Amino acid sequence: MKKLLVIVLLAVLGFYTASTFFDIGFGSPHFVKGIDPVKDIYINQTVKSLNVPNAVTSIVVNFRGFDTLGEVTVLFLAVTVLGSVLYKKRHEVGERSVLFSASSVVTSGAKLIFPAIILLGAYVFIHGHLSPGGGFQGGVIIATGFLLMLLSYESYSVSHKALSIVESLAGITFAGVGLLGLLHGGSFLHNFLPTGVMNSLFSGGIIPIIYIAVGFKVAAELTGVIYTVLNEKGEGNE
Amino acid sequence: MIYFILIAVLLVLIIAAAIYAVRQKDLLYATLATGIISLILSVLYFLLQAPDVALTEAAIGVALTTIIFVITVRNTVRMEDESDKKEKIKSAVK
Repeated sequence: MKKLLVIVLLAVLGFYTASTFFDIGFGSPHFVKGIDPVKDIYINQTVKSLNVPNAVTSIVVNFRGFDTLGEVTVLFLAVTVLGSVLYKKRHEVGERSVLFSASSVVTSGAKLIFPAIILLGAYVFIHGHLSPGGGFQGGVIIATGFLLMLLSYESYSVSHKALSIVESLAGITFAGVGLLGLLHGGSFLHNFLPTGVMNSLFSGGIIPIIYIAVGFKVAAELTGVIYTVLNEKGEGNE
Repeated sequence: MIYFILIAVLLVLIIAAAIYAVRQKDLLYATLATGIISLILSVLYFLLQAPDVALTEAAIGVALTTIIFVITVRNTVRMEDESDKKEKIKSAVK
């Protein structure tokens, strides 16, 4: 009886999932039936009013900028909760528990490659409006650079105070740019800067400013997550 | 034609890695298998002309999530088996 119920439920779920997927015309110019005007408006407005070659960036930061602010807030809340769950008194945070220390090849290689990783991350979020990538991707790349250093050097540590200052300043920049748009153009995150020449670095109005703020914020938050988790000593294998 | 064969091979590899991750008793290898799934998925996104999503998947799915899972596995018991855990408790009591 129970098995029959499960099979019926799975069949219903499978039917609706399959019928949804069959409506998507993969590869055809009309990707989803019925909502083609939205796609055309986004693509035309990206080129016409913003002068930005990357349509994804213009949607994420300009047309749907408020959603991005919400995403950044969710990430901030997650980091705060993780920090409060894994909270430790200051003197208990000592050496990280390492099974074996990294060899000299790893440590010198990490020192060599760390600036390159940071540079790549900065490039990805500064050029977010010109090439693929953006604030989130660049921030994560920078956080993996810090992760490499934390794994290679047992004594390497990051300052929580500096991380929270960077994070707060980036968040204030994002919200402040949005409020300036509200003052200037009447809507939150309204573009109030000149859009410039297409395909040049200083173009796209407020998009590069917001993406740089998001990049710093994500990098600081994820570095904090990694540092907190890495310093959490397990009780299972001592 | 070669394009479709490449995509088919990548999809088969994803399914194989997913099945391996579920069947594997060693949690470290299972975590690495999920990392491989993300890696192949980011290649697929790139082939489907979505470089933004591919970059996100490569950075978050391959690097960050895998490393956080590895750290978590290190702090817990590595093998999934129940008898292994009991032996550990016994040896800790002795």
